[in-house]
Amino acid sequence: MNFIDNPGKLRGFEKNIKVEKVSRRSILKGLGITGGFVLAAPVMSRQAFAYETGAGKMPHGVVVDPRVFVAIAPDGTVSIVAHRSEMGTGVRTSLPLIVAEEMEADWSRVKVQQAHGDEVKFGNQDTDGSRSTRHYLIPMRQIGASARTMLEQAAAKRWRVPATEVKAVNHEVVHSASGRKLGFGELAADAAKESVPAIEGLKLKDPRDFRYLGKGQVGIVDLHDITTGKARYGADVRLPGMKYAVIARPPVTGGKLTSFDPESALKVPGVEKVMEVRGWPWPSKFQPLGGVAVIARNTGAAIKGRDALKLVWDDGPNGKYESVAYRKELEEASRKPGLVLRQEGDADAALKGADKVIVGEYYVPHLAHVSMETPVAVADVKGDKAEIWAPVQSPGGTREDVAKTLGIPEANVTVNVTLLGGGFGRKSKCDFALEAALLSKELGAPVKVQWTREDDIHNGFLHTVSVERIEAGLDKSGKVIAWRHRSVAPSIASTFAAGTVHQAPFEIGMGLVDMPFEIANISCENPEAAAHTRIGWFRSVSNIPRAFAVQSMVGEIAQATGRDQKQMLLELIGSPRIVKPAVKDLWNYGEPLDSYPIDTARLSKVVELVAEKGEWGRQVPKGHGLGIAVHRSFVSYIATIVEVAVDEKGKLAVPRVDTAIDCGTYVNPERIASQIEGAVIMGLSLAKYGEITFKDGKVQQKNFDDFQVVRMDESPIVTNVYIVPPGPDTPPSGVGEPGVPPFAPALINAIFAATGKRIRSLPIGKQLEA
Amino acid sequence: MIKVKINGQEQSWDGDPDLPLLWFLRDEAGLTGTKYGCGQALCGACTVIVDKEAVRACITSVNDVAGREVTTIEGLHPNGDHPVQKAWRQVNVPQCGFCQAGQIMQAAALLMDNPKPSHDQIREAMAGNICRCGCYQRIENAVHLASTGV
Repeated sequence: MNFIDNPGKLRGFEKNIKVEKVSRRSILKGLGITGGFVLAAPVMSRQAFAYETGAGKMPHGVVVDPRVFVAIAPDGTVSIVAHRSEMGTGVRTSLPLIVAEEMEADWSRVKVQQAHGDEVKFGNQDTDGSRSTRHYLIPMRQIGASARTMLEQAAAKRWRVPATEVKAVNHEVVHSASGRKLGFGELAADAAKESVPAIEGLKLKDPRDFRYLGKGQVGIVDLHDITTGKARYGADVRLPGMKYAVIARPPVTGGKLTSFDPESALKVPGVEKVMEVRGWPWPSKFQPLGGVAVIARNTGAAIKGRDALKLVWDDGPNGKYESVAYRKELEEASRKPGLVLRQEGDADAALKGADKVIVGEYYVPHLAHVSMETPVAVADVKGDKAEIWAPVQSPGGTREDVAKTLGIPEANVTVNVTLLGGGFGRKSKCDFALEAALLSKELGAPVKVQWTREDDIHNGFLHTVSVERIEAGLDKSGKVIAWRHRSVAPSIASTFAAGTVHQAPFEIGMGLVDMPFEIANISCENPEAAAHTRIGWFRSVSNIPRAFAVQSMVGEIAQATGRDQKQMLLELIGSPRIVKPAVKDLWNYGEPLDSYPIDTARLSKVVELVAEKGEWGRQVPKGHGLGIAVHRSFVSYIATIVEVAVDEKGKLAVPRVDTAIDCGTYVNPERIASQIEGAVIMGLSLAKYGEITFKDGKVQQKNFDDFQVVRMDESPIVTNVYIVPPGPDTPPSGVGEPGVPPFAPALINAIFAATGKRIRSLPIGKQLEA
Repeated sequence: MIKVKINGQEQSWDGDPDLPLLWFLRDEAGLTGTKYGCGQALCGACTVIVDKEAVRACITSVNDVAGREVTTIEGLHPNGDHPVQKAWRQVNVPQCGFCQAGQIMQAAALLMDNPKPSHDQIREAMAGNICRCGCYQRIENAVHLASTGV
């Protein structure tokens, strides 16, 4: 079954499809919604801001309305809505902080209120693609400025003075000529009666007057609750009469249940019921796989009951998926021409005429997200109404999919967003919420569906598996004159549409066709690859294999020509310029190229900055080595230097990591640092251990013993983060994901410097022990 | 009937004595601060303190703790001001926060046993607790801070 009914609305799956500009007001009118004045376009004030973002093209666009996002209680408590999901980036703090800054609220008197899934009301809520600050810095400032203006107008009326004479300062409005002051709480009722000012006329604060933005002095709002066990994640929701369920799902993607025997499961103490769960054929976007659910009075009993089930599966068409053979297929495909995506000059001829051709075939296997909180959801379906509590990155999409799955109107579905115990793209897919909804409907009771770690690893939406083959042609002087990059990998689009063999624009735009080097002859190609499991977004997506391949190749060229890695990198980046790849409808993370060009000056600058701060070229002890890599992703620029130490047994340690990021105008540098620190750990995990393999169609790993991630005793001793100060009006860009891609190639280049061994296949595993 | 003291309160259980303590705490006693991460004692998200020892609640049965004293994150300090909790906040440790209760309980147990651990001892003692967000540098710094006075 195919669920793509409108490709323009695919979430996080932008396809350069122009969405018709419809007045938000007319949408609201069409839906019969009254009350709550929602400001129509334009979202951005062109006079005040020199840039535009792709926010308006996301499903349901942007809503700029203080009445939706801000409420003030008579005691002065300001409630600000966080409409994005918190999975560890700090967004639940950062976005409301922007509103508080602009409205002159005192942060200690602000309460953050989590929005439920309602995109007509709040605008797009998809928390993915490293987009939240990028898309919402200006709208949140405008919301804050509107609220401030309304408070000022209310005070001016009360005092019968012109509004120009009053000013909001730190939670009160003051009339300095007379020394009068009124607190926000005292003005709240009057301010609510004021009309919402037009966006065009809003006066935004001078950034020099910022108290919170760019300072990094504010802790995350959930800090106290997290450290005391009070923070509520999806797994922590408990409802009266709630049942606990775990589900046995088909072990092979596209497989089906043949038969099952519930008898021994029903004998387990605490087990109440065993029932079949509806499944959808593959591919069907995020619809459940189906299987058998064990319902119990607690999760432990449900797990024990599931262990006792006797199950017979029909593995279906993917029952032969096998990783060693599949890798060979990808490698063979990469050695033949593929669909040409970018062609400049004549790479074929230039490679034939080159003095030297360096070939690198790089492999990155499937990866699992393994967020610490496995997928989990609670549903309470009564008649034609459904209420969901779940850690979802896409509450709006979840609402749509629950409505569709149950066959009820969207308006009858409430999606409550809990904290997410990690997301990394896994929780953009709401299959677990749909399972809970289906089960609750059948049971007529609230139910929690808990995925075990084994479920998470066996039945996820994996990072793709890819071979990236690069051929670089050098002339006699060692200058790179030709570059051919073939990328072969099953596409995320295969999870949406059967028969997909080519990568989607949003995948090829991640480090393949947007390659920024100044080379005369370029060919970027995409040979075919069919998927045999569910492929999904994983933090930084296709940038992982691309940065690994491209930046390793830079190291290989430096190695072949006896040059310094950093100098080689800067030489390839070339002159300061805006790169305009010869690509039809280049996908630029959904952003207009005018605001977010591919700027080699910024790319070189992060290389120079990290080299200076990270002391590139410093003397390191024997067995140590330095490596460098740079990558533009999510319209940010990041460079990383890794110092590695490899002992005589091939055991590696990472004494020091330095990373420089240019993410434009930023809100919370303290959270940027934490995101980069975390990205380094995730990069090290995937480089050292990350590999999901298949045999007979089944994932061979099961838990943290055979799908390992980095632990504290092997984490870098120190990670330093440097943030490039933004220029005036530099648009904000991504932070959550861009830290991941440059880490692995910087590490691999460092390992070469330390040992003379060039690793082209991830994970490193035991390769250094040989 | 199994009796166990949890955060100072006597609790009883007459169900399956093999039920993992984790699910007893979360689903039966309503103490959801202790988290499920792996079910195999591989990640430490479910760490609680039994008497004075850090224990993985996912592989410990209710029967195993009969007559013993269990402390969960909810009972570590009445106001949440245990030195480890305070240090955690001062260093702004968490990202998603899901593993942090287990990390904090492990760190609290470490400091009971070794009040002044070296950096290497911290890294070794905390290696059983996975943080997928990668907060390790801050966890290490927070444990160090808690050991030197917040």
